[in-house]
Formats: sequence, C-alpha cells, structure tokens
Amino acid sequence: MAGLTGRMSTVVKAKVSKLLDRAEDPAETLDYSYQKQVEQLQNVKKGIADVVTAKKRLQMQESSLQQSVVKLDTQARQAVAANQEDLARTALERKNVAQTELQSLDTQVGELEEQQQKLTDSEQKLRAKIESFRTKKEVIKAQYSAAEAQVRISEAATGVGEQMADVGLAMQRAVDKTENMRARADAVQELEAAGTFDDLTALGTGEDDIDKQLKELSSKPAVDDELAKMKGEIGAGDAATAGQIPSQSQTPSEGQQT
Amino acid sequence: MIVRISGEDQYRLADSDADKLKELEDAVAAVVESGREDGFDEAYGALLDFVRASGTPIADDEIETSDHILGPPDLTFHEASTEFTGEGLIPD
Repeated sequence: MAGLTGRMSTVVKAKVSKLLDRAEDPAETLDYSYQKQVEQLQNVKKGIADVVTAKKRLQMQESSLQQSVVKLDTQARQAVAANQEDLARTALERKNVAQTELQSLDTQVGELEEQQQKLTDSEQKLRAKIESFRTKKEVIKAQYSAAEAQVRISEAATGVGEQMADVGLAMQRAVDKTENMRARADAVQELEAAGTFDDLTALGTGEDDIDKQLKELSSKPAVDDELAKMKGEIGAGDAATAGQIPSQSQTPSEGQQT
Repeated sequence: MIVRISGEDQYRLADSDADKLKELEDAVAAVVESGREDGFDEAYGALLDFVRASGTPIADDEIETSDHILGPPDLTFHEASTEFTGEGLIPD
C-alpha cells in the first residue's frame, strides 16, 4: 500500500507546513494553529449533524413505507375477498416494491448509523488531541528558545494535522455515502409522489405507466405465491364475507383448527 | 514505528515489525495491481489485523505523527485501485 501511505503523509505534511508558514513568530504560530484546529473541529460537528439529518430522513421514509405495506396488504385481502384478482395482484405488486425498498432503506440506515458512530469517535480523538495541543503550546511557549520551539510546534502540529486529515477523509466518505443514499431516497419519493403506494381504490382500474414499471420491478413468482396463499386463507375463512374486510388473524383459523 | 489505520486508530509497533508490515503491504499492492478483486479483502484484512495484533493503540491525547498511514478498514477494491492510479482518497 505504498501509494496510499505515501500520498496521505505527503498531503498532511504539505497542509501543515502551509499552516506554519503563515506566522513568523513561534508563539503566533502556536495560537494560529490552535485556532485553526478549533475551527476544524466545528466543521466535524457540522459533518456529523449532516449524517444524522440524512439518517432521520431515511427513517421517516421507512415509517411511511411501512404504512403503505400494511395498507396495500389490507387492500389485496379486500380485493381477493371481492374476487377482484387483478386488483389484488396490483396491490401485491406494489406491496412487493415497497417491501424491497424498505429492506434497502433498512440497510442504508444501518450504514449511516455506523458512519455516525465512526465520525463521533474520530471527533472525540481529534478533540482530545487539540486539547493536548493547547496544553503543550503553553509549555513550549514558556520553556523553549524560538528555534527549538519552532521544531516542536511543527511536530505537534503535524500530529494534530494528521488526525484532522483522517477525520476529513472519514467525513468525505460519509458524505459520498449519504449522497448515494439521497439519490435513491429521492427516487422512492418520486414513486410515492406519483401515487405508487397510494390508496389503490382511488386509482381506478386502468393500467398506467406505473403499473407497467411495477410489474417489471416486482418479482412475479413472489406475487403469485402470495396471491395464492391469500386466496387460500380467505377461501378457507368464509365466502360469505366476500366484499368485506377480512381480519388478517382470524381468517385462516376456522378451517385449520380441529 | 507508528502506523495509522485511517478512521480507526494509531498503533505503536516495534521497529522489528517493519519487514512483516512491508511484506503484507506488498501483498495488497500485488493483489490490486493484478486486478484480482476476490483476493483483496483477505490480503488487506491480513495487513490490518497484523497492525492491530502487533501494535498498541496510541492514547487519544498523545500527539504523534505516523510513519505509515493505511486506508480505512472498509476500503474497497475499487478505492484501492483508484488510489494506485493516482486519483486518491484524501479530500482537499
């Protein structure tokens, strides 16, 4: 990994030396470095807040999709009970898409959780090092000649600078991940806005573009299986309740209990 | 010798570990250069595990500059490849 090792060290050293070049007097350099470090820490905090916001947005989307799954399942059951197989199939296809999205959202929320934890850890490390730098700079100011102080400052600032570059890298990776997720979340939102997960009965019977897309998206065998199962359950319940909303928990029980 | 695993920690290793570290680094580089994606996780994991097992973590308030900086544990084969072709991981 010579490439990675080399590049990261070079970047850190270049950044730190640029910082140190700004001030001529060592005491000034120290205060300036420290001030920059504190500023950087604020940026890290902002970065963490962004990750938390992204996570919350995904969680909100999750709960709205969960509601859609429940609703579509109920509608599929109603449709089966009313012998409207096409409608039931459409509802199940949509439910299938919503469930797939839910799983993907779940994974993403987990990933963001991990990123957040990592960033928080990094922030704590950086904070500890900056605090340590603050103490050290007073010692250096008090105890060393200008020439030696310059050397020690450079060492300490490089050490803190490296930690900062590391947090910077972690943040960049978190931001990249978040942006990928945002693109996907926006796509789900578009589906929702287009009425994909809305009340099916309000949509009428005509097949639209959404239906065609959904059929391609949802895995057919899964929908067929579920439809068959649902029919079995509802058929076993009672044909007389057709057209009404069958209760999920009671429906299959009568035929099965002995 | 101080080795950093990005996004994780800095570790202090004995200078005598340098040869083994270099060997493991070279193994990762060889995997990446040959484009064998399936061997990457194993080679890279072995490198990181060696650092974790042989080193002791540096305290948070200790300020040290690393002699070696390795990538983050979740580094992907693709990222490692772009690193070698120069695009790099480090943000400006």
